[in-house]
Amino acid sequence: MKTKLQHFLRSAGFASCLASIASILVGLLVGLILLFAFNAPFAMHGFRQILTAGLASLDKLAKVLYQSAPLIMTGLSVGFAFKTGLFNIGASGQYTVGAFCALVTVIQFQLPWYLGLLAAMVGGAIWGAIPGLFKARFNVNEVITSIMFNWIGLFAVNLSLNNMPMMLANYWGAINKDRTAALAQANPGGMIPKAGLDELMHSNYMNISIFIAVAIAILCWVILSKTTFGYELKACGYNRNASIYAGINARRNIVLSMVIAGALSGIGGGIYYLSGTAQYTLVKTLLPMGFNGIPTALLASSHPLGTIFSALFISYIQVGGDAMQPEFVKEIIDIIIAAIIYLAAFALLMRSLIGKLFRPKGGGMADKQEQATQAKSIEQEAQNA
Amino acid sequence: MSEYIIEMLNITKEFYGKKANDNITLQLRQGEVHALLGENGAGKSTLMSVLFGLYQPEAGVIKKNGKEVHIKNPNDANDLNIGMVHQHFKLVEIFTVLDNIILGVEPNRMGFLQKKEARKKVMELSERYGLRVDPDALIEDISVGMQQRVEILKMLYRENEILIFDEPTAVLTPQEIDELMEIMRSFTREGKSILFITHKLKEIMAVADRCTVLRKGKCVGTVNVKETTKEELSRMMVGRNVSFVVEKDEAKAGEVVLDVQGVTVPSRIHKNNAVKDVSFQVRRGEIVCLAGIEGNGQSEFVAALTGLERMSAGRISLCGRDVSAAPIRKRSRLGMSHIPEDRHKHGLILDYTLEENLVLQRYWQPQFQSRGFIRKGEVRQYANHLIDQYDIRAGQGPVTVVRSMSGGNQQKAIIAREIDKGPELLVAVQPTRGLDVGAIEYIHKQLVAQRDAGKAVLLVSLEMDEVMNVSDRILVMYEGEIVGELDPKTTTVEELGLYMAGAKRQSGTEKEGIA
Repeated sequence: MKTKLQHFLRSAGFASCLASIASILVGLLVGLILLFAFNAPFAMHGFRQILTAGLASLDKLAKVLYQSAPLIMTGLSVGFAFKTGLFNIGASGQYTVGAFCALVTVIQFQLPWYLGLLAAMVGGAIWGAIPGLFKARFNVNEVITSIMFNWIGLFAVNLSLNNMPMMLANYWGAINKDRTAALAQANPGGMIPKAGLDELMHSNYMNISIFIAVAIAILCWVILSKTTFGYELKACGYNRNASIYAGINARRNIVLSMVIAGALSGIGGGIYYLSGTAQYTLVKTLLPMGFNGIPTALLASSHPLGTIFSALFISYIQVGGDAMQPEFVKEIIDIIIAAIIYLAAFALLMRSLIGKLFRPKGGGMADKQEQATQAKSIEQEAQNA
Repeated sequence: MSEYIIEMLNITKEFYGKKANDNITLQLRQGEVHALLGENGAGKSTLMSVLFGLYQPEAGVIKKNGKEVHIKNPNDANDLNIGMVHQHFKLVEIFTVLDNIILGVEPNRMGFLQKKEARKKVMELSERYGLRVDPDALIEDISVGMQQRVEILKMLYRENEILIFDEPTAVLTPQEIDELMEIMRSFTREGKSILFITHKLKEIMAVADRCTVLRKGKCVGTVNVKETTKEELSRMMVGRNVSFVVEKDEAKAGEVVLDVQGVTVPSRIHKNNAVKDVSFQVRRGEIVCLAGIEGNGQSEFVAALTGLERMSAGRISLCGRDVSAAPIRKRSRLGMSHIPEDRHKHGLILDYTLEENLVLQRYWQPQFQSRGFIRKGEVRQYANHLIDQYDIRAGQGPVTVVRSMSGGNQQKAIIAREIDKGPELLVAVQPTRGLDVGAIEYIHKQLVAQRDAGKAVLLVSLEMDEVMNVSDRILVMYEGEIVGELDPKTTTVEELGLYMAGAKRQSGTEKEGIA
């Protein structure tokens, strides 16, 4: 019995879980310190809000689920590419293009929501494919091209929407023309079904998108861990030369990996803007949902199933943060949340510390090397970021 | 003053309840070269890591000049004037030679670097010991041999008296090995003491005064090198008699398996061709050895042969089918197996488990997948079968992460994978590099067994002994060309050396005459 417990305590899965939890706790602690620094009298109140607001009412819980669905998708997108050794910083652009394709399908062409999601997937996939092709063909770093494609995507979408009068809210009787039409007016069939969940949770935010996202996360996990395709992708990520030696078409896998990553982000854009409660606003800043996919993936150590939980956590503290107003201004809330997420992404570092804790004194050569590679990958991430 | 400068007495070090060092005693005299001999995984590196402060032993004491010392980290070791050249160098690639040497003990005045004095000191040391280096060259631009000289200069710069060399010759060419031996002798003449970790018996016989032998974590004994023989040492090391002569019958060469015609490969470094118009054949039931000094086009030729690199001219056919432009997977399906030169770069995915690596060339076959899903049970069963048959030792069996395995067992895993694929042609590039005599003997036997089973074997080797003992025919490569074809039964090592050095070459007609 004792050895079984020890075995469990030393297993890699336990170490990663514990590492994520430990990082989150450290992050929260720093958040608390910041709260005291900004507004001491209300610090404990604010902290309580962060911790409990997400569960305070069904409506708030619905909002957590509603925000985490697209976040799961962008987290999966970044994590999937990461497993193949690619850093997909272009999730934001893919997400935007996916949202655009979905909205055009349901508003301009008045088609149902599932075709909208399909279009979002294809749009995101194309936006991911191009940096992938550049990387595979000409060895252009995917970080550079996908950052470019974030901006190209954003402005191409804004330009297109400005020239498609039917897409904008004022065409459908609203006064604003800086955002897309509300789906309730433009095409109720274009909304993702609520399947009675809205009544159950007493919230307009609730629909089946969280289930779609979870199902896709499970699918990603199956592909990566059970199939020959996943075996090839991870082989390319770990050691490109050895996978070429084994006759694996590394270039094809780079492109495919980026296509899948793009499709995942694209779906994320689709499910957020087809919810009926969000309207795409024509602004000149990149959508943060794509970038939040990076800490989501890091916090989950790129594990597709872990991504579900890390996305739920990040949405949870974001909803909690919103509840801290008006004692704290929006910007300070953003700083605190950013600090928590930032520290939470130290999961890798924590994992090696925890690994040390539960292993016999001294440790083997293997541990040392593992730590070295982990340290190296952290370094690389830092450089990439 | 004690007779010994360093004593490690009754050292025991455990990992996960396994004793990597079991009651080992090692005593180093002032001014001697003391060899530490043992198979891969015998505990040599662990023992040296204990001395260098990387590990703390469970039992035992370390004494310097008769006084007990506690070495808790490498800085303590440095304070005791102990220096180490690691098997894998610890250099900053993008720094210059000089910067690397002074790293950690930078001379400065109020925080500003004072490199002038350091440069003078380094140049003096470099001249005194014949350690030629360019102080301003970047590490990434210089040869492995020069990198090692930088490591040695690092120890000298710190005025270390006890020098540990961890398998220093594994990465060197024969000429560089000779130079290193000479340098080691000059150190001992000045009273420095050397611990020399190796499993190459020839080098021990050449340079060491005494030798301590480890086997499976235990100390077998310490002998005076003058009073022992290679055979005696190897028996101590592996616990049985090892034959240095590869036993094999006459080759029965059959039909042509590999036909190479006029292969030319451009160089990546310079504008000339790395491989120039190379033609030869390999038949069933023979081992053909491509011999030569490193950097004469062998690597480029193998890359073109196996499909890793494109060739600019020529034709390669395998079992009568033209594969000149075929992708790697197709060559593999047609029966080509490749034991690569660099097992970490090409041969293995270090972060995959042993079982995942063992199916690296076959995971796509119906036996291991159905409808794109990997059949984990089949993979596990197959991996266990290979682990048994090829005696691959791994801590957690098939689920061991390959990165944590010893070099010898990593190589065994590659060999198991490539041979069990059932190839028609086995291309083995330096298959015994860095391995101990027991493992070398095993791999040579496997190569001969493949030959006897009617396979064609192309061996690429830099080791003279291997070339002479294993092959049935020798092709010597010099500056990208095949300059001679020799029969190992009628030629001598000296003659082979002349061809390898480019001092002698056969004309075209002569070559055909022998073929």
